[in-house]
Amino acid sequence: MKISLHRRALLLASTGVVAAAWPFFVWAHEETGQAAGFLSGLSHPVSGLDHVLAMVAVGFWGAQLGAPALWALPVAFPMVMALGGMLGLMGIPLPGVELGIALSAVALGAMVLGEVKPSLPIAAGLVSFFASFHGHAHGTELPDGASGLYYSIGFVVATGLLHVAGIGFGMIREWPRGPIVLRAAGGVVLAGGLYFLWQAIA
Amino acid sequence: MILRRHYTWLTLLTALIIPGRADAHLVNTGFGPFYDGISHLFVTAPDLLVVVALGLLAGMRGKATSRGMLLAITLAWSIGGVMGLTFAPAITWAVATTVSFLLLGALLALDRDLSRSTIIVIAVAVGLTHGFLNGAESAASGIGLVGFTGSVAALAVMATLTTALAVSFANGAARIALRVAGSWIAAIGILMLGWLFRSGV
Repeated sequence: MKISLHRRALLLASTGVVAAAWPFFVWAHEETGQAAGFLSGLSHPVSGLDHVLAMVAVGFWGAQLGAPALWALPVAFPMVMALGGMLGLMGIPLPGVELGIALSAVALGAMVLGEVKPSLPIAAGLVSFFASFHGHAHGTELPDGASGLYYSIGFVVATGLLHVAGIGFGMIREWPRGPIVLRAAGGVVLAGGLYFLWQAIA
Repeated sequence: MILRRHYTWLTLLTALIIPGRADAHLVNTGFGPFYDGISHLFVTAPDLLVVVALGLLAGMRGKATSRGMLLAITLAWSIGGVMGLTFAPAITWAVATTVSFLLLGALLALDRDLSRSTIIVIAVAVGLTHGFLNGAESAASGIGLVGFTGSVAALAVMATLTTALAVSFANGAARIALRVAGSWIAAIGILMLGWLFRSGV
């Protein structure tokens, strides 16, 4: 049973990481200066470390919380993030976006570090709240001339794959010292979030 | 042993990435209108997303619903397509096609307990709308009825594969993956609506 879990964790994590790294391989063929489509969307969520930390932390936290949060958080996040993205695309402002993004890494990192286990509505509400900031930032940063639909597909897929990578890594909690390593990873996210928070304020 | 298998999988995954470099330069195959029609479904994201979402949604409701959905969407898509080929209007209905896969994705994510007749009605509505647009596009692009036949063939195969996948995944933890897929499809639709608003459609 343990062997199966180890193997599953390794496979899931490697699949997520390799798939998330995909745009770096294919990007070589994108024309210089061309702000277009699927590849731009796929690379956008992984282009900012603040985004990456928060996305992966959602997966960490989901793995810590277990079912039903394990699937509820990755279901809720993309939809609320997309709503935030839609607001950004429509030009509707959202105050303190950069602050919200940095705080998301701080809050989610702290949850993982402290192994905090609130009820599902609170966990989903917290994740959804921060998802709107990430979505809004992506929405306003989208380059002109990109193919909207293919950009959206790439963007959502990359975000989801970061969650998968986070969940895959989070499955190390099944290992003997896994929970401690997972909490330490939450600490790294928290530290990164504090750095970005400092940058947002300064 | 575990690590060896892990590295085998990782090598396979990495190898799968490499052909992607060459594909980026593939423009067309030149196999004729039937194959152009087949490829049309796979390069028209709204059509592909709606077929995938509907296939998964029906598959989650069981085999009988899946069979009904397959028959309904194939017939409705064909009828709509013939109408589109006949009238060939120069329209895109971007909002309608976006809303259709957005709603189907949301229904999939929410895992609503829809009856078989409801799924079939949805399949007919989706089939007529998307089929009509496909028919019109086939006429406009010159691939005509032969090309449209190819797109219907691709639709039938794709719907069958996705719904069969969902039937086999309908229970247990794998059902969660289908719901996550639904949330991704809905999220793409929401973002696309924002794009349409921004571009003034």
